[in-house]
This record gives sequence, C-alpha cells and structure tokens, in this order.
Amino acid sequence: MQIDVEHVAKLARLGLSEEEKKLFTKQLSDILSFADSLRKINTDKVEPASHAISMKNVLREDKAIPFENADDILANGPQVEENMFKVPRIIE
Amino acid sequence: MNNKTCHELHQLLTDKKISSVELTKSVFDRIDKVENKVKAYVTITKESALKQAKAADERIKTNRNITPLTGIPIAIKDNMCTRGVLTTCSSKILAKYVPPYDATIVAKLNEAGAIIIGKTNMDEFAMGSSTENSGIHPTHNPWNLETVPGGSSGGSAAAVAAGEAIMATGSDTGGSIRQPASFCGVVGMKPTYGRVSRYGLVAFASSLDQIGPLTKDVADTAVMLNIISGHDPKDSTSVDRPVPDYRKALIDDVKKIKIGLIKNLLGAGIDPAVKKAVKDAAEKLSKLGAEVVEVELLTFEHAVATYYLIAPAEASSNLARYDGVKFGRRATGAKDLISMYYETRREGFGPEVKRRIMLGTYALSAGYYDAYYLKALKVRTLIKQDFDKAFGKCDVLISPTAPTVAFKTGEKSADPLAMYLSDIATIPVNLAGLPAISLPCGFNNGLPIGLQVIGKAFDEEIILKVAFTYEQNTEWHKRSASL
Repeated sequence: MQIDVEHVAKLARLGLSEEEKKLFTKQLSDILSFADSLRKINTDKVEPASHAISMKNVLREDKAIPFENADDILANGPQVEENMFKVPRIIE
Repeated sequence: MNNKTCHELHQLLTDKKISSVELTKSVFDRIDKVENKVKAYVTITKESALKQAKAADERIKTNRNITPLTGIPIAIKDNMCTRGVLTTCSSKILAKYVPPYDATIVAKLNEAGAIIIGKTNMDEFAMGSSTENSGIHPTHNPWNLETVPGGSSGGSAAAVAAGEAIMATGSDTGGSIRQPASFCGVVGMKPTYGRVSRYGLVAFASSLDQIGPLTKDVADTAVMLNIISGHDPKDSTSVDRPVPDYRKALIDDVKKIKIGLIKNLLGAGIDPAVKKAVKDAAEKLSKLGAEVVEVELLTFEHAVATYYLIAPAEASSNLARYDGVKFGRRATGAKDLISMYYETRREGFGPEVKRRIMLGTYALSAGYYDAYYLKALKVRTLIKQDFDKAFGKCDVLISPTAPTVAFKTGEKSADPLAMYLSDIATIPVNLAGLPAISLPCGFNNGLPIGLQVIGKAFDEEIILKVAFTYEQNTEWHKRSASL
C-alpha cells in the first residue's frame, strides 16, 4: 500500500523533512499492512465500541468559575501582548 | 531507609522512629548516588520536597490528619500537571511548560501529605515501550543498565526499582504502567477506566488512558489506590461509585477463586523463561487453593492492530493542541500562521510522535475512516466480548505482562512494529477498560519477569487479593537491583 505522506502531513499540519517522508512512507505502509489483518474478521453485525465502559453524556450547569492565577497561563504564552496571545499574520 | 515500602515507613514515621525530613533526605542521597546511571528523572524538586517534608513532620507531631502517605517521598510521571513545576511529557514541544494548576491526583497526593520529589522520564507523550522515545534522555533499567526500563512510565518504574522514590505514579494507555513494572521488577496497576481522575493528565488516547501506582509491593499499591481513586467533576469520564478500602483486600487466601490462565498468551512469541515463570505461578496459586483453568481469548491476535489504529487516531486529535499559539514551544521566523504550525510541530515532536500522528490522521481521513478506524472500533467490541465470556467462568485471568524480560537499549528502536508487538499482553486490557496488575514472578538472566492479573471492571479488590496471596507466598519481591 502506498500512502500519500505529504497529503497526510498536510492534514495534520505537520512539517516533515525529506528523510522523514521517505522513512514514514515505508514504516506506515508496513504498519497498515499489518493492520489489514483486521479486514478478514467478520464484523457485519458488530456495533463499534468507542468507549470500553458504557457511558452517557455528563452535563453540568453552564456557569463560569474564575481562574485565580490567569497570569500563570499567560506566562506560558510564546508571545504575549497585554492579556493576549500574539500570532503571525493570518490575513494577507 | 529508601529501600523500605510505604507501609513500613508509615509505621516508622508514626512511631516517631524516623522523620519525613530524614527519609526525604535519604531518598535524595540515593538520587545523588545512582541517578547519573539510571536517569529516571527529568526534574527534581528538592527544595519544595524538603519544605513539604517539614510540614509532614509537623502534621505527624501534632497528630493532625495523618494519612498512610503523609511524609512519603513520591515521584510523579512527567505527563501529570504540577502547578509551578515543569511538566514536559519528555517532549521538546513542552520543554518549558509550567502548568498553572495541579492534576487532580497531584492535588490528592499533596493533600494526603505525600512529598513530591520530582517528575519522571517517559516516552514522549507516553508513546513507546522503552522510554527510548524520550525527547530529553533515555532511562536505564536498574537491574542491568544496558537494558531498557520499559515504557512509557519507564522513569517511574526505574525510580522505584532503584530506591530513588518510595513509590511513583504512572499512566497506562496500552501497558505503560504494567510493562515497565514487569521490566523493573516492581508492582504496577492500571485501575479500571474511570476509577481515577485524569484531570491534568496530558491526554494521549482518551478512551484508553488511565493513571495508576508503581510500588515495591502489592500492599503499597492498595495504599496509593485508596488515595487517588474516586469521582472528579473535572473529569467527565471518571465514574461516580464508592471507593472501597483497598487495603481490606490484602488477604492471604485464594481458596474458591477461579483463575483463568490465558493459554494463547503462552504460545509463539513468548520467551520460554517467561512461559515457565507464569506456568509456575499458576501452579503456585493452584497449590494455595485457587482453581486454575485454561482459557483462550483468540481475539487477542487482533488487539495490537486494533490498538495501533484507535490510539494514534485519538492521539492525532489530542495532539492538535500543540500549535505554538498559547503554550509550549513555538518555531520562530514563520512568515504566517500556517507555516508556524508546520514548523512548530516539525521542531517540537520526536519521530514516534510524528509517526503516530501520521498514522492516526490517515486512519481518520476521508476514504479510510470506515476501513481502518471504524473497523478497529468493531474489533474492539469483539475483544470486549471475549473478556466477558472468560469472566463468565473466571474471577480473574492471568498471563505474562510482557513477552520477554527487558530488552537491550537500541534493540527494537529501528523497527516500530517489533516494539508495538511487545505490548501484546497488556493492550487488550486497555481496549476493554479493565483493571490489571503486574507483579514480579521470576527472573531470567538477572532480569525480572512480570505476572499480569486481570479482573472485571471495578473489581480491583480481587486482583489485589490474588496478587497479595501470590506475593506473600513467594520471595521475588524481596530481591532488589544492585547498583
């Protein structure tokens, strides 16, 4: 199986070197051929399990709770101006 | 002092035979002596630990609110948020991240009076089985420094095995507590999905991740489980059901317990020495009064493939947050936002993380979703049903934790698929959300072998009972690594 590594990397917004592209093309096809073993299992009448333990939606009141140390959040920002995170240009 | 268990030290502390400051210092002395060989830690918090130890001593002196963890030095895996202390996930992308809050389990351990001595090394974002994928440095197995400690909680397991911590926390998505416990000769438990809050645990694969203890014996696992379990409104997947006193399950008796020995995990691909140790353990349990039967869970054959579609798919989504905008590393010099994303993620993630993001993105992408991701979710149902069937006739299931003892550093790092297959016995348990423990059951060439005991959902107690009985009647846990 041949994977379009560049297309997948684009979907994931993941920069890859030429070397990585080459390596991943091979390794991902190996892993996916291994995963192809699942195809031979009959799952026609099987429901998918997205969780191991059956769960229901947990709802809570939509109430704002103040976060006391907001400065510690901003301190992690790579580039901060006043109380905002600054990013490179978005619109031409 | 640092070789003793938590429950032994608790006795000494409350009898005022030792102080927490003395104990904590002895652990740091040990770290000074062996850490350059083991490399279990990424951050050591000596100053705050000694402050906490002083406070714990005060608490013990005034007999105020003493818990079994008060004054006990504990290491935290570096994917659990600690307010004001670096939480790197052993990734370059989070190398400078200082959380503004504590994970719920960290808050609970602090509240109990435990001493946090540092953050332990791991495979980057918990993706790996050897701790070689750490973006900081690899960790070495205290039993043989040329072998890996297992992973992803390799730093935590190695720290406990080397006497550099009395106990530690780990997280387990496909075996990341149990497999390093097996490789390092310690006890490690993955509780039932939902038993322990994951608020503040850096998410890898949210339908599989669970936090649990790594300790020197089974009793200590029960002690820590008592503190960290329970419902948390901040984690909507945590389950609201009462937490029993797990120490009450520490009974030396397996009579009337029906144990299923998983036959298909004793076949091809499992090291003969491991097979023998597990069969001997089954025989031992049978001699102690348990009824041991053989069971087959043939869907396990598909568990690794299922896992390596589901876990990367969830990871590719969870790791989308590392975009260089609000926290973590940001690539400099990008001309626009999109190229900043590309460059930040190219620089910040290591090869295994990139591989899994790619794999997960592919499995979820248009045209492949049904064939890969949805198919894997359906096979997951079959694996769960296989467990249900086995638990229809057995109280617990036993198997090897890992197919081999610790392998050599570098042996599998070039072949991701070979590395993935080392999780064959642990992965099915996560897919079904079940609790399981690993405890020492033998040695081969001086390296520990782990026995896995799996229980029904929320039946941690019977696992502890079986594990405790086995431990009380064997000597493996009394050996320690000589460094």
